[in-house]
Amino acid sequence: MLGRLTWTAIPLDQPLPLYAMGVVGLVILAVLAVVAVKGWWPYLWREWLTSVDHKRIGVMYFTLGLVMLLRGYSDAIMMRTQQAIAIGHAQGYLPPDHYDQIFSAHGTIMIFFVAMPLVIGLMNFVVPLQLGVRDVAFPTLNSVSFWLTAAGALLINVSLVIGAFSRATWWGYPPLSELAFSPDVGVDYYLWSLQISGIGTLLTGVNFVTTILKLRCPGMTYMRMPVFCWTALASSMLIVAAFPVLTATFVMLLLDRYLGMHFFTNDAGGNQMMYANLFWAWGHPEVYILILPAFGVFSEVASTFSGKGLFSYRTMVWATLGICVLSFMVWLHHFFTMGAGADVNAFFGIMSSIIAVPTGAKVFNWLFTMYRGRIVFTTPVLYLVGFMVTFVIGGLTGVLLAVPPVDFVLHNSAFLVAHFHNVIIGGVVFGMLAGYNYWFPKAFGFTLDERWGKASFWCWLIGFYLAFMPLYQLGLMGMTRRLQHIADPSWQPLLLVAEAGAIIIFLGVLCQIAQLYVSIRTRELRRDLTGDPWNGRTLEWATSSPPPAYNFAVLPTVETIDAFWELKRRRVKPAVQPAYAAIEMPRNSPVGFITAFFAFFIGFSLIWHIWWLVLVGLLAVAVTIMAFGWGDDREREIPVGEIARIERARLAGGPA
Amino acid sequence: MDGDDRVFDDRTPGVEEYEPTATYLSYTAGLGLAVLLTIMSFVVAQTNLLWSPGVPMGLIVLAFAQIGVHLVFFLHLGSGPDHTNNVVALAFGVLIVFLVITGSVWIIANLNANMMDMPVHLQH
Repeated sequence: MLGRLTWTAIPLDQPLPLYAMGVVGLVILAVLAVVAVKGWWPYLWREWLTSVDHKRIGVMYFTLGLVMLLRGYSDAIMMRTQQAIAIGHAQGYLPPDHYDQIFSAHGTIMIFFVAMPLVIGLMNFVVPLQLGVRDVAFPTLNSVSFWLTAAGALLINVSLVIGAFSRATWWGYPPLSELAFSPDVGVDYYLWSLQISGIGTLLTGVNFVTTILKLRCPGMTYMRMPVFCWTALASSMLIVAAFPVLTATFVMLLLDRYLGMHFFTNDAGGNQMMYANLFWAWGHPEVYILILPAFGVFSEVASTFSGKGLFSYRTMVWATLGICVLSFMVWLHHFFTMGAGADVNAFFGIMSSIIAVPTGAKVFNWLFTMYRGRIVFTTPVLYLVGFMVTFVIGGLTGVLLAVPPVDFVLHNSAFLVAHFHNVIIGGVVFGMLAGYNYWFPKAFGFTLDERWGKASFWCWLIGFYLAFMPLYQLGLMGMTRRLQHIADPSWQPLLLVAEAGAIIIFLGVLCQIAQLYVSIRTRELRRDLTGDPWNGRTLEWATSSPPPAYNFAVLPTVETIDAFWELKRRRVKPAVQPAYAAIEMPRNSPVGFITAFFAFFIGFSLIWHIWWLVLVGLLAVAVTIMAFGWGDDREREIPVGEIARIERARLAGGPA
Repeated sequence: MDGDDRVFDDRTPGVEEYEPTATYLSYTAGLGLAVLLTIMSFVVAQTNLLWSPGVPMGLIVLAFAQIGVHLVFFLHLGSGPDHTNNVVALAFGVLIVFLVITGSVWIIANLNANMMDMPVHLQH
C-alpha cells in the first residue's frame, strides 16, 4: 500500500534534523494559523496563489528564493562549524552520513531553489514592464512553472523528516548515485525534486523566449530593448537549450535505478563518464543562466545611478550573445582530470579562457558607464562596486583553473570551492540583492531603508571575503573539499576565520530582514508616488508603483533606447485624459497550483514506490490540464471606466 | 498606435495580422512527402537498391530530408521576413545540438582511447 514507506523512514536516531524541522513546522503552522485567524485565506488564494500576473509570480518566485536561502545558509553554517571544530582528535557534532547529506542538500538547494528562483523572479517581474507590455506570452503556464518549482522545493525539504537526502553531492555522479551504492531514497529525492522543478524551469524558458521575441510594445526593436531584457533572453535561450540535457540525463539515471538499466553503471557496458559529460553539458550553461541576468541588473543599476546611458550598449548585447554560445563550448573544464587526452583538455582550456573576454568587456563597459557620471551611492550601487571588484577576482581564479595543469593540482580542492562561491556570491547573489533593492519600490510602492540596506551590503561583502579568501589559501595548502574531519591542525586558524565570515554573512541576512521590517513600518513616509524614485531610464519607471494589473493603460510607443529617459528629456507630458480602451487580461487560474499539488505527490510516491498514488497523481494532472484546455472563459475585460479611475488617481499622485 | 490596441496590442512590431499559413493542399503535399520518405528508408534498408556500405549514409540523408519536410510543411518554417525569429531559433538549436553531440563523442572517444585495456577476464 505505501511501498517502501514505513515508520523507520523517520530518522529518530538523528535528532538534529528532527528538531530543525520541528521548529520550521511550528513556524509554518503559526503563519498558517495567523492567516486563517485574520481571514486572509480567500485574499491569498484569489490574489496570489492563483494569480497569473507576472508581477505577483515574480514576487512569489523571489520570496521562495529568499526563504530557501535561509535553508541553504543553515546547511552552510553547519558545515563551516563542523570543519572549524572537527580537527585532530575532535570529531565534531555531525556524523559523516549526515554531513554528506548536508553538503549535497546545500549545493542542490542553493543552485536550484535559491539562485534559480531569484533570477527567474526578477525576470518575471521586470521583463514585461521593461518591454512595455501587459504580461508574458503564456500567463497561466507561468503560474504552472512557479508552482512546479515550489513543489520541487517542498519535496527536497520533506527529505529532512521522511527518509534521507542524497549523499552523492549536488551533481550526483554515478556509480555512487547508482542503486548499488545508494540503495535508499536519498538520490531519488534529489532526482525527482529536480525533475519536477526542471519542467517548471524549462517552461519558464519557453515562456520568456516567446515573450521577448514576440511581445514588445510598438517601436521596441531589438536594439532598443533594455540590456536586462537581452540578458533575460540569453538566459532563457540557454534554459531551453540546456535543461532538456539535464532532464534526459536524470531520466537515464532513473532508468538505471528503477528498471535496472545500465546507462551509467560499472557493469554491462555502462559508462559513468557519460553522466559527468552530460551533466556538465547542462551545468556550465547553467552558470551563465544565473549570471547573465545579474549582469543585466548591474547594467541597469550602473546606468540609472550614474545618470548616463550605458557605455557601448552594442558591445554589451554582443558580449551577452557571445557568452550565450561560448557557454556551450567549455563544459569539459569541470572534469579535466577525468582522463581525456591533452588535445581535448587543451581545446576546452582555451575555450574557457576565451569566455572571460566578453565578460571582461562588460566590466569595462560598467566602469566607463560610471566614469564621469553623477553617481548616487545607493545600496544597489554599493553592490555594483562590490560585485566588480569581487567578480574580477573570482573570474581570474577561474581563468587560472581553466589551465589544465593547474586544474590537476587544484581539482576538488578548497580553492575550487572558493572560486565558485566567489563568482556565485559576488556575481549572482550580489546581482539579485542589487535588483531587489532597485526594483522593490516598483513592486510595492515604497522604497527600502537605505541604512539597513547598506549595513547588509557591508556584512555580505566583508563576510564573503572572510569566509572564502581563507579557502583559497587552504586549497593551495592541500585541503580537499567535502571534508567531514580535518586531519591537519595547522588549518584550524583559517577555518575559524572562514567560520567568522559565515557568521558575518548571517548578520547581513539579519540586516536585510531588519531592512524589510523597518521599511514596512515606515512605508507611509517612503511612498513612491511618482513611479520613478531613481530617475530611471527604462519603461518600468513610466508606470505607477506598484503598477496596475494591466501595467500600462495605453501601451507606450518607443523611438529610442532608454525610452522613458527620452520622454523625460523631451518633456513629453502624459495626456491628462487619453483615450482609454478596455483591456483584456487573463483570468486568475488555480491550474498551476493544482498541477503542482499533484506533481508533488507524484514525486513523493515515485520516491517511495507507491505506484497507485503515482497513477492517481498523473491522472489528476492530466484532468486538470485538459479541464483548463477545454475551458474558454480565460480572459476578463477591464472596462474603460475602471482604467480611467485608476489612472486619474495615479496622475493626481494618490495611491492607485 | 492605432485605436485597435485592445485586440492587437501585443503583436510583434511589424506584424500586422495573422495570415493563414497553411492550406489543405500544403498539408496533403507534406503528408505525401513524409510518407514517401518513410517508405524509401524502409526500401533502402531492406533491399539491395543501395551499395550496402552506403546504406547508413542513405538513411541519414533521408532522415534529414524528413526533418526538412516536417519543418516546412507542418511547422511552417518559411523564408519570409516574419520567419526570421523561427529560423534563428532553429539555427541556434541546431548549433547547440551539434556542439553537445560532437563534443560528447569527441570527449568520450578520447577517454576510451586513453583508457588502459580491460583485463580479459573482466570483458563480457
